[in-house]
Amino acid sequence: MSNTVKNLAVAGAVAAALAAHTTGPAAADGEKEKCFGVSLAGENDCAAGPGTTCAGTSTVDYQGNAWKLVAAGTCTTMEVEGGRMGSLEALDRDLPA
Amino acid sequence: MLDVSPHRFDRLPDSAGVGYKPQHFSEIMNDASPVEWLEIHAENYMGDGGRPIAQLRALSERFPISVHGVGLSIGGEGPLDRDHLDRLKHLIDWLQPASFSEHLAWSTHDMGFMNDLLPLPYTEETLARICEHIDHVQEHVGRRMLLENPSAYLNFAETQIPETEFLRETAARTGCGLLFDVNNVFISATNQKTDPYSYIDAFPLDLVSEIHLAGHEEDTDENGDPLLIDSHGTPVAEPVWEMYRYTIKRGGIKPSLIEWDNDVPEWQTLASEAARATQVLQTATV
Amino acid sequence: MTEAVTQSEFIAALLDPDRATPSGLVDPQNNVADKRFAVYRNNVAVSLTEALIVAYPVIHKLLGDEFFKALAGVHLRQFPPRSPLMMHYGEDMPAFLEGFEPVAAYPYLADVARLELAIRKSYHAADTTPISPEDLQNLPPDVLMQSRLTLAPSLKVMTSNWPIHAIYVANTTDTQPTNLSGAQNVLIIRPEFDPEVHRITDAEAAFLTALSEDKTFATALEAAANLDAGFDLSRTLGLLLAGAAITKISSPKET
Repeated sequence: MSNTVKNLAVAGAVAAALAAHTTGPAAADGEKEKCFGVSLAGENDCAAGPGTTCAGTSTVDYQGNAWKLVAAGTCTTMEVEGGRMGSLEALDRDLPA
Repeated sequence: MLDVSPHRFDRLPDSAGVGYKPQHFSEIMNDASPVEWLEIHAENYMGDGGRPIAQLRALSERFPISVHGVGLSIGGEGPLDRDHLDRLKHLIDWLQPASFSEHLAWSTHDMGFMNDLLPLPYTEETLARICEHIDHVQEHVGRRMLLENPSAYLNFAETQIPETEFLRETAARTGCGLLFDVNNVFISATNQKTDPYSYIDAFPLDLVSEIHLAGHEEDTDENGDPLLIDSHGTPVAEPVWEMYRYTIKRGGIKPSLIEWDNDVPEWQTLASEAARATQVLQTATV
Repeated sequence: MTEAVTQSEFIAALLDPDRATPSGLVDPQNNVADKRFAVYRNNVAVSLTEALIVAYPVIHKLLGDEFFKALAGVHLRQFPPRSPLMMHYGEDMPAFLEGFEPVAAYPYLADVARLELAIRKSYHAADTTPISPEDLQNLPPDVLMQSRLTLAPSLKVMTSNWPIHAIYVANTTDTQPTNLSGAQNVLIIRPEFDPEVHRITDAEAAFLTALSEDKTFATALEAAANLDAGFDLSRTLGLLLAGAAITKISSPKET
């Protein structure tokens, strides 16, 4: 493909992208504020932390050196090509100290 | 001439504020009453950009903001984290908050950051270290900070200095102010079987520029003794409101914050807690 | 004189439940405060576990709550946060998943975690001002070909040997997974504050990667065309414009 042909193709693609790009004016302030209002992950807390009641101080988080757990989420029902089908075998493994 | 610079507030008003949670943004911008100021956790606004920073920018044009650090580890045995000090300075430089505070606690060691406010013993050695660190912080960020009394679940056998004395001496040596957390006083006193009112009486309230109020959970230790947990996940408890009223009567009106960090409620619930603090502020001293 | 509890001892016991509570930590009766110390242990473990759940919602859903929390318990002890910025916590998770034998049956997890991490980085990336579409329009094609495009820091390109886009969509929306096979690439763009995840072709990924490596437009185009002669440049440019992702066009000086 000659440079001229390439340039024409690029010009066409740019024009098509711009035509499809319905910009409109930047969102009005009110809309922007609405957009501020939702949040995602990763917040620090100076509270003691979630689950720090009596129940929280018992077992689960620091028990034992082995677990027998089965992944029970969506990975067990999803077949992913290249991966193996979700295994339901119990996992029994020593955890690092 | 038009003042185009964002509105800046150089001090917190002597009224009720709340700990800011992003889910309340729209309600706060629409009608924040009776909340007159907001507190943020510094570390949540140390990203490069995006919504958190945009929200904070917008809020700071309408409200006095208190920057409350939870990750500086002032009580750490090692030197302060230079990178973190720089981040703090950057935040304080652009935001120009009405107040800046941190905790009498530690959270970082060689192993990493533990995401909890861990306790320290009160000795001449730790006092000297805390003062050195606070000098360093105030010098680095270029402003005075407030230091908050912690909540304690246990004691250090090696402790020699009462906490009130430790804080008074720290403020005297460094010039820092104090942040008085009433809930923490109640938690520590209950857990240590001491009298919370004696603690208030011994506390240098004249150095206090901000008060914290929050909820806690009740538990017991292996002996059946009460063990209160600083969960910030419930309304402020009645005995804490009583102590708060006593504190205001004794120390005068102070900016007072409702902290609610876990199981964050609807805005209206938080606002009504703030309204109750306002009511105490209006009636305690008359 | 009571023996001091160093912070090293405190943390070692904090992270390892098999260690005894340091003897200098006492209750009101001056007995070693086991359950009281457990509050701190729990605060750390639970808060970091919660942080990982918030950071990796898709991995959490894939593995289930109980399994994920147990995995988080191992992870947080092996990789406590290196910085007080919880917004960045969990950067070691992809590599951890690759080496964690109990999830060996799910080799795609690491890439799904990389995708979730990239979304988070995009969310917190610096704000930038995009070029106006007219800037692109007004550039003669031969000049554009020799230009370099600066892309927004919130833009992320990720290639994978796994169908990460389909896995992501299946676990974040109500749509049923249709095609969970093959290698997939994603483009993350952030039009305003919310990152968007788009599936892109190998050619598009090659084009965007070349641009982000500061190659000229012509070179990037060639990289794409080498993989797919039918490379759809207008779609790719459309995504970049929609994502406010082109922040600068550097054209060669006219000679």
